[in-house]
Amino acid sequence: MTVTERQQLSYIAAQAADARVNLEIETEGMTLNIGPQHPATHGTLRIVAKLDGEQVVAAEPVMGYMHRGYEKLAEVRTYPQVTTLINRIDWLGSFANEVPFILAAERLMEVEAPPRAQWIRTILFELSRIANITLFLGDMAVQVGAITPVFFAFRDREHVLNQIEAATGGRFHPNFDRIGGLKDDLPAGWIAETRQAMRKIRNFCDEIEELVEGNEIFQARTRGIGVIPPDVGLSYGLTGANIRASGVDWDVRRDSPCGLVHNQVDWKVWTHPDGDSFARFWVRMQETREATKIVDQLLDGIPSGPIMAKVPVIIKVPAGEAYVETENPLGVMGYYVVSKGDLFPFRVKIRSASFSNVSITPWLLRGVYVPDIITILGSLYFILGDIDR
Amino acid sequence: MISVLSELSYWQVTSIRVGAGLVAVLLVAGTLVYAHLFKMVSFMQSRLGPMEAGPYGSLQLLAEIGKFLQKEDIVPRRADRFVFKAAPFVVLTSTFLLLVVLPGGPDAWFISNDLGIYLAMAVSSVSVIGILMAGWGSASKYSLLGGLRATGQLIAYELPLLLAVVGVVIQAETMNLQEIVLAQANGEIFGWGAIGNPFIITQFAGFIIFMIAMQAELTQTPFDMPVAESELVTGYMTEYSGLRFLLFFIGEFATAGVFSAIAAVLFLGGWYVPGLDPADNLLNLLGPLVLFGKVVLLTFLVFWVRFTFPRFREDQLQRLAWKFLVPLALANIVVTGVLKVVV
Repeated sequence: MTVTERQQLSYIAAQAADARVNLEIETEGMTLNIGPQHPATHGTLRIVAKLDGEQVVAAEPVMGYMHRGYEKLAEVRTYPQVTTLINRIDWLGSFANEVPFILAAERLMEVEAPPRAQWIRTILFELSRIANITLFLGDMAVQVGAITPVFFAFRDREHVLNQIEAATGGRFHPNFDRIGGLKDDLPAGWIAETRQAMRKIRNFCDEIEELVEGNEIFQARTRGIGVIPPDVGLSYGLTGANIRASGVDWDVRRDSPCGLVHNQVDWKVWTHPDGDSFARFWVRMQETREATKIVDQLLDGIPSGPIMAKVPVIIKVPAGEAYVETENPLGVMGYYVVSKGDLFPFRVKIRSASFSNVSITPWLLRGVYVPDIITILGSLYFILGDIDR
Repeated sequence: MISVLSELSYWQVTSIRVGAGLVAVLLVAGTLVYAHLFKMVSFMQSRLGPMEAGPYGSLQLLAEIGKFLQKEDIVPRRADRFVFKAAPFVVLTSTFLLLVVLPGGPDAWFISNDLGIYLAMAVSSVSVIGILMAGWGSASKYSLLGGLRATGQLIAYELPLLLAVVGVVIQAETMNLQEIVLAQANGEIFGWGAIGNPFIITQFAGFIIFMIAMQAELTQTPFDMPVAESELVTGYMTEYSGLRFLLFFIGEFATAGVFSAIAAVLFLGGWYVPGLDPADNLLNLLGPLVLFGKVVLLTFLVFWVRFTFPRFREDQLQRLAWKFLVPLALANIVVTGVLKVVV
């Protein structure tokens, strides 16, 4: 984890902007309220930015406009009912939200899903990652000002959503994961169709690479902008592609797998040394490609067998505590589940990735220009439901 | 045509010209909006675009206008009411004034002024005032940022736009747009005069500079920092609704059409059809259509770029203008001037 010269310079620039005193002309700063209703905030994030001209002196994210109290609501739901709620945390990659909670409950109950269920679970987990990040790839271009790529993203995400729908019955909120396995088996012909969808997603990645990543203006807008040094990123609790773009080689899927079968296939964790907006975009692009490869390999080797372990009809989870985290599309997502042996969880604490990812904005946005606020927020890639739960 | 007009009284001639001006701006703008904004862009983005209103959605624009007319005309409480309300008209006035010097045929012109292109460049700057009025009068921070960005950008790109025109003026030895067309129609390329001498061949650098600067003057992507819908929420237009927003909208596309027409006149030979005598009366009829065809071609380029590229940041945009376009335009003038004297 070495800090590059560029990262150091960015850090110094941020510090200098913080202590900036304009001695030549007496100017008055302006406070710009970005959001809660603003096209770049993906919902209702509010950024209060103090500006000196077009330069940001201080910026502060204000969260909580979409707080839905899922942690509290989960305490009055039975365990199978909770998945309905947590589907709506990161609404673009819903299935991935269910997995860590179910795994935590399974750990408390000391059941393990049969191999076939684990493999299908991992496939759907990666499909929801693709569905989520393809939209980011198009959306990042919108933040920089190009409208067209997002339509391609919507077009090709459709293939993945169709597959998720075919398998689970729900496009956005599958509610498919069960304690001890899955609700249903895969429908006939699904595997071949999914392969085709993966091919289309790889084509989409090539298209975006030519259209967006290779574009000089896009590079000028994102390279060297919003540089996060690895130590700062780690201390703010950044996870997922955001920290891998700073050169930290850390992926929960590979380093501490639990319940998912990522370690059964051959794949690579991509990192980028720069830590700027472009690096975050690049890492996510490679991750999407890698996810399609993971899915392809998993499809080859789905074991046969049941998809449900032996689980009582009325699920009572034995008393105990469990924390399970997985590498979700937005970063590390963890559920801390405390049970007192009831039908309902006693306490559920959700560690969502976007909350930590957005917390770095006051540090990151100092000294940048107003247009860069948008690209940096876009490249950090948060989903409001994932911040406010 | 002249003989017909001279028999009419002054008010009749005037109303014909005003009517022709309105048609020339609104019809062209409407066609461009339909052909480019609705359809071409939709096909680029793998969707169909409007399909319901009229055949292939061709009446969609009328439906849109009907929608905008029904909307409430909101003026923010803290806005400078007069400035806020007047701003769209100032922008639109600049568009219509640009048209005044534009020739459509040997006799189909509004004013044949010896300072034609000079006047056009001068009135095109008036729109900056309108945009600044909108930005300042809205009493909104987004609008203010957008208005100031627009002012900085338009002033910066006025210069390469003007310098690109100077090359053409040197070559044609006139600032009268009608005579610039005739110079191209009567010119010849190394003794071969079948298609005249469209200045795009000799002034290719000037043409490229003109198109880039035009893109910036129109605040289209990649130079749409002032409107920047993903960050400034359409900048100086943020607070406008209903009819006034529509006026800005028409102004944007009509200006794209009129600027493209000026580019067509300067670089593509204007209304001239190769093979015909430039004084042929038939060209009074064909000329406007030919010019319109060239306008559609050039606006296609404008919108193609607009919906393909991301946008520059303010400082990158200024750097492109001052460090690249202005020196290139100056070099172009020097080369043109030297060749004009030597050859």
